[in-house]
Amino acid sequence: MASLATTFGRGAMTNHWVDIKNADVVVIMGGNAAEAHPCGFKWVTEAKAHNNATLIVVDPRFTRSAAVADYYAPIRSGSDIAFLGGLINYLLSNDKIQHEYVKRFTDATFLVNDGYRFEGGLFSGYDPATHAYDKASWAYQKGPDGFVVTDDTLQHPRCVFNLLKQHYSRYTAEMVARVTGTPREQFLKVCELIAATSAPDKTTTFMYALGWTQHSVGTQMIRTTAMVQLLLGNIGMAGGGINALRGHSNIQGLTDLGLLSNMLPGYLTLAGDKEQDFKTFLDKRAFKPLRPGQMSYWQNYPAFHVSLMKSWYGDAATRDNNWCYDWLPKLDKVYDVLQVFELMHQGKLNGYVAQGFNPLAAFPDKAKISRALANLKFLVVIDPLATETSEFWKNFGEFNEVNPAAIKTEVFRLPSGCFAEEDGSLVNSSRLLQWHYKGEDPPGEAKGDAEIIAGLFLKLRELYRTEGGAFPDPIRNLTWPYRIPASPSAEELAREFNGKALDNVTDPKDPTKVLAKAGEQLAGFAQLRDDGSTACGCWIFSGAWTQVGNMMARRDNSDPSGLGNTPNWAFAWPANRRIIYNRASCDAAGKPWDPRRTVIAWNAKATQWQGMDVPDMRPDAAPEQNVGPFIMNPEGVARLFGVDKLADGPFPEHYEPFETPLGTNPLHPAVVSNPAARLFKDDREALGSAKEFPYIATTYRLTEHFHFWTKHARLNAILQPEQFVEIGEELAKEKGIRSGDQVTVSSKRGHIKAVAVVTKRLKALVVDGKLLHTVGIPIHWGFKGVAKNGYLANTLTPFVGDATTQTPEFKTFLVTIEKA
Amino acid sequence: MALQSLDIKRRSATTTPSAGIRSTPELAKLIDVSKCIGCKACQAACMEWNDLRDDIGTTAGTYDNPRDLTEHSWTVMRFAEVEPEPGRLEWLIRKDGCMHCADPGCLKACPAPGAVVQYHNGIVDFHEEHCIGCGYCVTGCPFNIPRLSRADAKVYKCTLCADRVAVGLEPACVKTCPTGAIMFGTKTDMLKQAAGRITDLKRRGFAKAGVYDPKGVGGTHVIYLLQHADRPELYSDLPDNPSISPMVSLWKGAVKPLTSLAFGMIAVGAFFHYLVKGPNRVPEEREQEVDQ
Repeated sequence: MASLATTFGRGAMTNHWVDIKNADVVVIMGGNAAEAHPCGFKWVTEAKAHNNATLIVVDPRFTRSAAVADYYAPIRSGSDIAFLGGLINYLLSNDKIQHEYVKRFTDATFLVNDGYRFEGGLFSGYDPATHAYDKASWAYQKGPDGFVVTDDTLQHPRCVFNLLKQHYSRYTAEMVARVTGTPREQFLKVCELIAATSAPDKTTTFMYALGWTQHSVGTQMIRTTAMVQLLLGNIGMAGGGINALRGHSNIQGLTDLGLLSNMLPGYLTLAGDKEQDFKTFLDKRAFKPLRPGQMSYWQNYPAFHVSLMKSWYGDAATRDNNWCYDWLPKLDKVYDVLQVFELMHQGKLNGYVAQGFNPLAAFPDKAKISRALANLKFLVVIDPLATETSEFWKNFGEFNEVNPAAIKTEVFRLPSGCFAEEDGSLVNSSRLLQWHYKGEDPPGEAKGDAEIIAGLFLKLRELYRTEGGAFPDPIRNLTWPYRIPASPSAEELAREFNGKALDNVTDPKDPTKVLAKAGEQLAGFAQLRDDGSTACGCWIFSGAWTQVGNMMARRDNSDPSGLGNTPNWAFAWPANRRIIYNRASCDAAGKPWDPRRTVIAWNAKATQWQGMDVPDMRPDAAPEQNVGPFIMNPEGVARLFGVDKLADGPFPEHYEPFETPLGTNPLHPAVVSNPAARLFKDDREALGSAKEFPYIATTYRLTEHFHFWTKHARLNAILQPEQFVEIGEELAKEKGIRSGDQVTVSSKRGHIKAVAVVTKRLKALVVDGKLLHTVGIPIHWGFKGVAKNGYLANTLTPFVGDATTQTPEFKTFLVTIEKA
Repeated sequence: MALQSLDIKRRSATTTPSAGIRSTPELAKLIDVSKCIGCKACQAACMEWNDLRDDIGTTAGTYDNPRDLTEHSWTVMRFAEVEPEPGRLEWLIRKDGCMHCADPGCLKACPAPGAVVQYHNGIVDFHEEHCIGCGYCVTGCPFNIPRLSRADAKVYKCTLCADRVAVGLEPACVKTCPTGAIMFGTKTDMLKQAAGRITDLKRRGFAKAGVYDPKGVGGTHVIYLLQHADRPELYSDLPDNPSISPMVSLWKGAVKPLTSLAFGMIAVGAFFHYLVKGPNRVPEEREQEVDQ
């Protein structure tokens, strides 16, 4: 999500599931949609059947997606930036870009600070002591008027376009083949198929998932694709875009609501501990336009933030106390999951609540997670299932060899309902909030999650009220306006996220006109104010439950355009837009690049943007005003140059996985792996080398199962009962392993045993002159449930995270394999 | 089983003519292998609709699970990794199960009256209450589909969800298939649909794409769309030219009329014998002997 926000302004899938049917070329890379998203994958089959689309799959394995692809190319796991960087080079060298789009809708013409450099694998500003960059030089040049200096001729050597060309000129087809193992001809064939959609009326759509996010360079992998799509002019177009396929039904909702340690709802952010001053905090986030006339929608940040605080603290939040700014935590560092378990491992964090979460199975290096959990005083597990985490202290023989007598952690298991046992909304990959109704009561003593959290909160508040404590105010003053305080309903929570008027909200252009009366639900985030007259729990969800009612429960699937837009089906954030950045589907004059797939167009008579979708643009902004289509970016355009948004560089660069099978980086041998990635000291020592562990391993999911849940369900267990690992025929022959044999797979951190599946679908690749084998490791087994007990696959994985998001590198590490 | 007697076209081991007044279109399930991703949703739907639960098995080194059809698993996905041309890997995934032949070997082979029936719409169904567990249908099937249960000595196989179809619903596997690889309708419509898909596949480089609707069994009501229709054996040994075992054909074909004729001749002979010779009478002296 960080990569898409850096490039386009919002961290979300740009198009939506149904829209995939409009694509000319579908690329599945960094994911395996047929396997992990079989229902959504139907839109790929629709594109093939009704839009004559070509499906390309690039993956280390010949996957279920590859089984129905028109073209498959193998790639070494972890080398995608080299492949995509090569694609950028191909597009630029063969002049296969959408010129008008690139010039008008990206920062290609922007000049970059003279201090910015990329040399020998490092960007300017690197500090080897802290493994971090000083990003000051990663910036645009600004003129005396405060706006960025541009060169519309694209001739200036410091313009983004030329820096981009220069950066990726190293990614030749030969270099790509050498780094990725993809045979040169196959790489070029993929380039050729994708490049054909640089025509203004052709589109490629990319579908990716954890195959890109779970790398130490994951964010940058996705960003490379975002840049490719900009060069091809495919963002904002029906049948284009970058489709980030979310792995849980509501994981988009998780990020939307800011359930990350450094986030607030709606992608608002928490302050750092240096940001004690409220005004500075807001100014830093309310981006002023970097080019004349741009919307720079984050200028409304104060309205979103103040409305959030009014929602949380009601009358206690006043202008005089900076809307309770002092009650918000200020971060000294990011407390992501790796950091939290590192602190737990060090004994510095001693209580943990795992809600709908199975960290023993889901986090890297199971042994470390297990040791960390054993350091806790208490562990609360809120889950519908008896998870491995909740029984980490119990000995399950070879699958969990611990000594319960030595573990003092007190574990509380609070059984919760599952999604079908409560009302509420789920946000899917398409940013669609769909309301659903409870099918059953939770069994036995289980309670809904809201009820459990409410119970904990009310008890805590009582303690703070009676006993005081170090900092009671934020808890004591939290608004809790629910009819049954011990059990807030989904409807109440949804209305709160949408927001309401606390005072009459009037039209800024005509103060006599009341847009929303005090007490009414707001129609959308345009009505939010920074003066305390509105309350809103999550600004991007505003519009989901208006005065009219629950927009998420709408079920009108009429599709007037025939493009699958269904504007009256549920509610999509932001503002019910289905294809975001849709202004970019039209040329400078406001005419659609492809009239067959008109999303919106400028209607000169009505002086309005109109179409099948809600315009992602000020509705009356005439094309000649040159308001850019990427309204969240202060530039107004999308960023090919990522400025200082990511921790590891403004342009994506190929770095080797932390456990590299090559031991070098053919692009720059001195800098092998991501210099800014997250790696704690002890974990660096737990990394293996190719000498000891010569095979690339990658973890993944299977259609028959969902993470670590469905091994508890008999149907799924019947369909895929027992843990296995996959190896290619060459490696099997070398090791004397036959299909069905028991094998042991070991990494520096531990070992697992499983049945071997010997397959033609995993081929050895020649990388940098070496023949490299891959071992495939499906993740779904463990020691709880009805499927055959097995090892947690994360026994093997390394504790290293992406530089920006700290997502662990589950997709590439080193192992060895032997017949058990 | 939910279908009524009016729907029955043929019953096993029955000479009584079936009802013939109802006109029912011939139905078919089209399995488009080129669209199948092997997700096994059809297997799950089959188990759920029919309330079947197989054992939780083991992994034998392939994705196939359960490994084979059983009395609880009426359909399974069979995964085949093949290289029809050197270097061009294909993962051909075929949903295996009853083909609902127009000329069903199981029905022909079955000696139990009404244990196997064929409906006018083409569905071939087992009526287990009449099944005697002889297993002849297993021998009779050219596709190796029926499975004899050890628990109750009855045979089981896919019913094409006859109970759903009878009330206007599609089979459960069709309903659940996420990619539209399994379709259901009149056989005419399914062949038309397949023709469109064949054009598309040919354009995508599968010159021999075609329908699998084998004539040896009179055509089937489950038809496959194959990328390589000229080589069905690539699809986990789908038979090239299936036909009913000669033993069954012999038993029900040539031999059965002969034996029936023989039985008939004996009856006729006996009758004429009666006419000519009259009833068999025991001589009185013999009766007396017995009495003593």
